[in-house]
Amino acid sequence: MKELLKSNLVIMVIFAVIVLTAPAWLTPIGAGYPDILQKFAIFGLFAIGFNILFGLTGYLSFGHAAFLGVGSYTAVWSFKLLTMNVLPAIIFSTLMAGVFALVIGFISLRRSGIYFSILTLAFAQMSYSLAYSVLTPITNGETGLQLTLADPRVVDGMMGIPVTDSLPTTNLFGLAMSGYSGFYFCAVLLIVGFYVSLKIFRSPYGMKLRAIKSNQTRMKYTGFNTRPYLLSAFVISGMFAGLAGALMAATDPLAGAERMQWTASGEVVLMTILGGMGTLIGPLLGVGIIKYFENIFSALNESALHEVFSFLPGWLEEVMVWISHHFVGEGWHLTLGTLFMLVVIFLPGGVMEGITRLSAYLKSKFKGSDEITSEKVSEDAS
Amino acid sequence: MDEILLQILNGLDKGGAYALIALGLTLTFGTLGVVNFAHGALFMLGAFCAVSVQQVLTISKRVKDESITFFDAYKETPYLELWWGDTGAMIIDYAVPISIFVAIPIMLLIGVAIERGLIKHFYKRTHAEQILVTFGLAIVLQEIVKSLFGANPIPTPAPDIVSGSAAIGSMLGLSDALVYPWWRMIYLMFAAVVIFGVFAFLRFTTFGMVVRAGMADRETVGLLGINVQKRFTIVFGLATVVAGLAGVMYTPILPPDYHIGMDFLVLSFVVVVVGGMGSLEGAVLAGFLLGILQSFASMNEVKSILPGIDQIIIYLVAVVVLLVRPRGLLGREGVMED
Amino acid sequence: MSDDSKFSTLSRRGFLKASMAAAAAGAAPTFFINNANAYVNAPTGGTVTLGFNVPQTGAYADEGADELRAYKLAVKHLNGEGDGGMMNTMKPLSLKGNGVLGKKVAYVTGDTQTKSDAARASAKRMIEKDGALMITGGSSSGVAIAVQGLCQDAGVIFMAGLTHSNDTTGKDRRKHGFRHFFNTEMSGAALAPILEKEFGKDRTAYHLTADYTWGWSQEGSIKKYTEALGWQTKAAVRTPLGAGDFSQYITPVLNSGADVLVLNHYGKDMVNSLTQAVQFGLRDKQVNGKDFQIVVPLFSRLMAQGAGENIKGIYGSTNWNWSLTDEGSKAFVKSFGAEYGFPPSQAAHTCYVQTLLYANACEMAGTFNPCGVIEALEGFKFEGMGNGPTEYRAEDHQCFKDVLVVRGNQNPTSQFDLLEVVNVTPRSAVEYAPDMLGGQLGSCNA
Repeated sequence: MKELLKSNLVIMVIFAVIVLTAPAWLTPIGAGYPDILQKFAIFGLFAIGFNILFGLTGYLSFGHAAFLGVGSYTAVWSFKLLTMNVLPAIIFSTLMAGVFALVIGFISLRRSGIYFSILTLAFAQMSYSLAYSVLTPITNGETGLQLTLADPRVVDGMMGIPVTDSLPTTNLFGLAMSGYSGFYFCAVLLIVGFYVSLKIFRSPYGMKLRAIKSNQTRMKYTGFNTRPYLLSAFVISGMFAGLAGALMAATDPLAGAERMQWTASGEVVLMTILGGMGTLIGPLLGVGIIKYFENIFSALNESALHEVFSFLPGWLEEVMVWISHHFVGEGWHLTLGTLFMLVVIFLPGGVMEGITRLSAYLKSKFKGSDEITSEKVSEDAS
Repeated sequence: MDEILLQILNGLDKGGAYALIALGLTLTFGTLGVVNFAHGALFMLGAFCAVSVQQVLTISKRVKDESITFFDAYKETPYLELWWGDTGAMIIDYAVPISIFVAIPIMLLIGVAIERGLIKHFYKRTHAEQILVTFGLAIVLQEIVKSLFGANPIPTPAPDIVSGSAAIGSMLGLSDALVYPWWRMIYLMFAAVVIFGVFAFLRFTTFGMVVRAGMADRETVGLLGINVQKRFTIVFGLATVVAGLAGVMYTPILPPDYHIGMDFLVLSFVVVVVGGMGSLEGAVLAGFLLGILQSFASMNEVKSILPGIDQIIIYLVAVVVLLVRPRGLLGREGVMED
Repeated sequence: MSDDSKFSTLSRRGFLKASMAAAAAGAAPTFFINNANAYVNAPTGGTVTLGFNVPQTGAYADEGADELRAYKLAVKHLNGEGDGGMMNTMKPLSLKGNGVLGKKVAYVTGDTQTKSDAARASAKRMIEKDGALMITGGSSSGVAIAVQGLCQDAGVIFMAGLTHSNDTTGKDRRKHGFRHFFNTEMSGAALAPILEKEFGKDRTAYHLTADYTWGWSQEGSIKKYTEALGWQTKAAVRTPLGAGDFSQYITPVLNSGADVLVLNHYGKDMVNSLTQAVQFGLRDKQVNGKDFQIVVPLFSRLMAQGAGENIKGIYGSTNWNWSLTDEGSKAFVKSFGAEYGFPPSQAAHTCYVQTLLYANACEMAGTFNPCGVIEALEGFKFEGMGNGPTEYRAEDHQCFKDVLVVRGNQNPTSQFDLLEVVNVTPRSAVEYAPDMLGGQLGSCNA
């Protein structure tokens, strides 16, 4: 039973079922509408890719948002110049992000530790600043790159797709990329991405990346050249980011410079650490938590709170609403900050650590119960 | 010529601010081994010490404006002015300098509390966890300040006598057009004094010697039977005070809002790393270098050749420095490299 | 989902209903159902939901909070609660104070974070999950344009809040987007005659411009109108958004020979650059035998507070100020002041007016169908809303009305008395041809 649960196939089936049924089980907590589902899947891909670099090698990139941004811009240009079909957009974006990652990675990986982090940060911030201002002809600056009626869309024109006086929508051979169909498309790619990540985690290649994390110097002494491994991991994770950027543009055809700002890079770092770096599922949990706060908690206002607490006696309702309104709506940042602190204080290793502990506890209670399908990497001091 | 001189002054001034913020950050890095993402928030708290002092000093007698009937609008006269006349007005005028003396004990207290309550539990944790917990702390501190003071910038002017510009050109026998704000010169001098103070403290006191030894080799110092823990607390407190003072003194230049620390956070990390991890001299050097280069990159003559260069110069310099010198300007081997 | 659960995301009733709905039908997509009879989010129960999408975190959080106050007040008035505010002064008025088309007005809120992505995510939540029929809000043009595009694609109405860039109703105009706030073109046209009167025809200007679309738009308009007066433009220097310290951009002004500094900055940038320019002694300077002057083309009272003493005597333009004494402004200030204890900002005013205008258009059209509402709003002429006779121009969905030229008050009588209205520039002076700024509205999407 235990062995069975560890097999790739079983993990993938369980993962796929959970992801594809997300609209049903997320609706009760108010997160079952298309946009947030798409965001979960897209940022999930972003974080999974980031985790391949950070979780396995320990190299903390503070500039991964740049690849997300590059992916988005490439995708929107593909929509504008070629076709509204998302397939070419996704391929071009992933490749383009890969090229950027190759260049930036090649330079940044000459250094390690915090020097590496600052190099990646510097590249990302330069991309952001330039995209916001001088590169406006390419990026449309602050307003963001949007579709217009006057776009050429050469391929669509050749295919004889009629031009109407309203903007065309993104599609996959006719399947709309907005709404739930957009989510399922992202979800399928998330599952594929997860599979790639699983394979990497469990391959000799993944082992070598982990070895770099635990002691790079020793590996170098043995005559092992770590650079190609690091660079390939960097490029793979950059391509994941580019794919995520392309999907953001596919589900919502707009690309803005702020996607590349350091706060956006910081967000994926926080997601990964919060969920549990180096674990397969952890980053996804981190994504879920942060995006849920950003979209749902920020939207709770006082009248909504009154309804939540309406079962309490009047005076208590007032008290509860007064207390909780500091933590929702405009105060959602406070909740997030508090959560970061609580998680890391009590659960070194992130939310996944909590789940591992919980499952161990349950196991000791009910001997022989099932194990959670997670892969906890031994906690080595990095 | 005047233009060049002015830009050098601007650069020194900016550099002073960068160096001051980076100094505290590199102290915590080097000594405690902690990546403190809340350092910007400490700068912000310092700035709000000045805001609080000003608000306390200007507690006012309110006279309702009767012409406005729909809500209560007041003509406000501070009690200090009512009681002590011109003396009171002068005290209010000097709110920012007065705040320095208020900020030192308050920031020290905050620093010690944060170290005792939170940071000390994270010495042995991974850098990733340190980042998450200090970032969380920074957000919480920001949100508290936002709920108390709002999100808009709050004006905290310098004393009237130094609020304008000094005609340094005519003083030095140069062009009359050479003027520079008094407060910015004061800030530069203040930064220099604080930086020299911190250096002297670390160089000429036994305590400082232990701290420097700790920066070089923490384990050995611990083995010598020295109470490293207690010294760590004091170092963190010192870093907090330096950050806070930088914040207090910056308020007349940049009216503070709750987000001001986050705006400086990334920059201060870049300064520290360009200077080299674990090197106080490096942080100061990098601060001034980046400040001056940023000023020159913003000149119209430069921008017309390289549009947008002023926006990226800091990061560009960071990349170049780190590629030429692997551990920054004055960094030591083995600090924060894994 | 039934529509009384729209209001909350986590209520027990909503929880139960939602889980039942999910179990019964899966989650049926409600987004983008476009056919001949139905339109997106057509209200089915007794309420109609509006989406208030404002910055609640970040630099514009206070402005966003004020916008939200205005929206809540507007909802109250629409539902016949409170004193009715501008519903007593608006002409022509189709609203009856019993909600809109007999349905009670409900609302949902969201945080734009002043970021296009976050704003669009928040607006999509309102449309997809909460069933909002109209989205409104904003404190930045980039965000407004991004959300406007989304609303066009989704088939709901967007009533822009504070957005000043020409592009919103210029090259990025949309059939579903409407703006009551003025733009940089109008600021330039309104300010120029006053600048001429106060500072003369023979001036040399130096621009510091925030390096993004709004800044460029502002710089272009001021240049255009001041150069028409005979002013020279010495230089126009771009500054990075959020530069903080502007000293390296201000020192070149000192010896440039310019005698006017135009700060095309808004928000924090404006507060910082103005504070620092004054510290550099620019206002005490004499150049070419004239007093040096600073102009801030777009003024906001909320933001001006941050610059303290430094705004005294500085000229700029604004959409509206609470000290206006027309009936509409008085009615609004009165009910806002009674509710919250302080006067509304220009952002609050434009948001309040936009909400009423939308509701009124629904009543006029007799339907919530966006195509009908658009038709009712296009070319709608009204008054009694604080800006004199106003028209929603059909060609670009921009309101044309009087523009206020203001000056930082030298002797404020209270903490709110920061701006003094020096001139009300009539609509005719700020009007321009609809095709001047380019752009296409497209067609109604429902």
